[in-house]
Amino acid sequence: MNDDRPGLDRREALKRMAAAAATAAVVPTSDLKGQSQPPAKSPPAHTAGPRGTPSDPDLVRPVIPWPRLLTAGELQTVAALCDVILPADERSPSASTVGIPAYINEYVSAPYDAQRRELVQIRGGLAWLNTESEKRFGQPFVGLTSAHKHEICDDICYLPNARPELGSPARFFARFRDLTATGYYTTEAGMKDLRYLGNIARPSWDGPPPEVLRHVGLS
Amino acid sequence: MSAYVLAMAGLKVLILEAGRAYDPLRETPMFQLPKDAPLRAGGTPDKPFGFYDATVDGGWRVPGEPYTSDDGVDFKWWRARMVGGRTNHWGRISLRMGPYDFRPKSRDGLGFDWPIGYEDLAPYYDRTEALIGVYGSNEGLENTPDSPNSTLLPPPKGRIHELLLKKACDGIGVPVIPAHRAVLSRRQDAALASRICHPDNPRAARILAASMGNRQACFWATECGRGCSIRANFQSPTVLLPPALATGNVDIVTDAMVREVTVDPSGRATGVHYIDKRTRSDRHAAARVVVLAASGCESARILLNSMGSSFPNGLANGSGKVGKYLMDTIGAGIGGQIPALENAPPHNDDGASGIHMYMPWWLYQEQLAGKLDFPRGYHVEPSGGRGMPGAGEFDGLEDFTNGAYGRKFKEECRRYYGTFVYLAGRGEMIPNEDCYCDIDPEVVDQWGIPVLRFHWKWADYELNQARHMQKAFAEMIEAMGGRVSGTVETDGGKAIAKPGEIIHEVGTTAMGLSPDTSVLNQYCQSWEVPNLFVTDGGPFVSNADKNPTLTILALAWRSCDYLVDQMKMGAIG
Repeated sequence: MNDDRPGLDRREALKRMAAAAATAAVVPTSDLKGQSQPPAKSPPAHTAGPRGTPSDPDLVRPVIPWPRLLTAGELQTVAALCDVILPADERSPSASTVGIPAYINEYVSAPYDAQRRELVQIRGGLAWLNTESEKRFGQPFVGLTSAHKHEICDDICYLPNARPELGSPARFFARFRDLTATGYYTTEAGMKDLRYLGNIARPSWDGPPPEVLRHVGLS
Repeated sequence: MSAYVLAMAGLKVLILEAGRAYDPLRETPMFQLPKDAPLRAGGTPDKPFGFYDATVDGGWRVPGEPYTSDDGVDFKWWRARMVGGRTNHWGRISLRMGPYDFRPKSRDGLGFDWPIGYEDLAPYYDRTEALIGVYGSNEGLENTPDSPNSTLLPPPKGRIHELLLKKACDGIGVPVIPAHRAVLSRRQDAALASRICHPDNPRAARILAASMGNRQACFWATECGRGCSIRANFQSPTVLLPPALATGNVDIVTDAMVREVTVDPSGRATGVHYIDKRTRSDRHAAARVVVLAASGCESARILLNSMGSSFPNGLANGSGKVGKYLMDTIGAGIGGQIPALENAPPHNDDGASGIHMYMPWWLYQEQLAGKLDFPRGYHVEPSGGRGMPGAGEFDGLEDFTNGAYGRKFKEECRRYYGTFVYLAGRGEMIPNEDCYCDIDPEVVDQWGIPVLRFHWKWADYELNQARHMQKAFAEMIEAMGGRVSGTVETDGGKAIAKPGEIIHEVGTTAMGLSPDTSVLNQYCQSWEVPNLFVTDGGPFVSNADKNPTLTILALAWRSCDYLVDQMKMGAIG
């Protein structure tokens, strides 16, 4: 029944769309009204995409168009804190080795209202972290021992347990942890850590394997 | 769909598309990873459903094309500016309206009955499903129609969270059954399906079969919302337009923003004025028949902006009903965490991207007996599973981990990944006088076209239903042994999604039995302008919980069959 080669109809479709403006029964309104001006110049037959605008970006070859705003010093603090949150272990590498500081910089630099607000929160949090490190241990966060880093982070890692005066740093930490996790678990290393096995074409869908059914008591 | 049916019948069709040309075969980001996209492909005001969503120049806002709302109303209007429009962005959930859904007023005294019944539309549902390809099963449940076994594609087996949900819901009397979705779980039988679609038109059947032959079966990866370069799911540019164009009867002009329908002194439509966006010039397309299929609200806008001395309130609006009885779907949901899924053995859980299973409305009899404080039903769309990790994957996990970080946090992410479910309710509202759109007297878009202004007020019917969803979903999650996330709202107003947010706006050019009370007759033909039709969601008389796309397609087919007959008889055109 299929006497078309694959893709033929698509080429035909594009050809016809290209021809459309020439054949359609359309005229400039000015002509309808009997004005003597010449017909409007024929525009290009159709506007193909993508045009690379914010609401029509190239989905197949994405680019991140905005400039990054964090300073080199801030990025050092970001890297240190990322690695406290997601350090290397036997299964996967640390956050800073798979580009998470760059992701956080990209995120807080984005030209949207939500991110502009978060830029202030993240910058403020990083500054607080260094101030607190200086106060407690006499040097910035990146220079602290692991134990000292944890000493600070333990105080701000969960808002409901944080002392009242540490509410803002705790909110910063929660958001920073969310961003670190998003960045990390969307990398190949992070997806591998979670044992995400999809995004691959397969000939059939057979449902959950028997060991999964057994795991939840459905076998 | 209208262009497809008309072209197959041999009519010459000019499609005016307000957006750009769009080629899913070339433009769809199949397999692209979140890490390669801005913000890990998370939603932004420019791309509200995420970077990879197929929608072009759209979402809740279109550059240079605003809309307004009453004070205190935050209506959300989803648009796309691309060939195929919103068929490129949807869940592919394809549920038939049932017999009750065409007679809602007869059942409970509210709203309006349709001028047609299920039996009128059933043959067109059959054809539409054969054409677009729908997977699912036949369960014989109340007001949940079966489909012909000959063309219904096999439903994919449930994912683990769906199977757990089924087991839990079996115990509380809620059916969990295979969903119907417009995704090819296997390739269509092109010879059979094309004959069902065009039993008396061998050329049309041949063209359709050839086009179907170019569609591949789902390969169980990548999100449907990105579009589908292998044409496994239904979107107009891969399924309807190729065969329509192959007839040689269709031309498409893109970047053509229609602003009004023109009429002659006898009141017949003569064509449309549109703005050529590339040159910003006004042009006119002449036609024997005008079919508006611009989406319910956009078609109402065109009619309301088509004003003449004998129709100062807009064309085809003698009833005053254009823009009125705007409906969306009631949306509310609850999430939960399921301990049984923790540390499950790793497995590929992508499936067909959207739901494999769902819960149809199950309380028709209780409702009829007056046991519920809302009149209409809803269905439930469950999501969850070990999908591709994306933006916000572990946001808020500290509530489960007491703020873990470090090595412990990594262990917690492994433990909790894939253990969250979300139950989304999709319910039926009652059309009311306070929900409508009209023309904003002060605002125009960048093409000089007056814009729509939205008005909205939920009634208790809707708020009570949203509250019922909250309680019912919490019970389901608990029946799964799960922990409900967040608050179970007892205030329906806090639970309900914003109007428009479910993207099922319909009803703005309703069909009916009388020109005094409706805009269109049962064939979606204007009562006043016989060569003017509307074939989008506008003709809906009610908005059953069933997602509207399948019904829009079936109605359009029925209307266009009638249109062709009328032209053959010389009655129109």
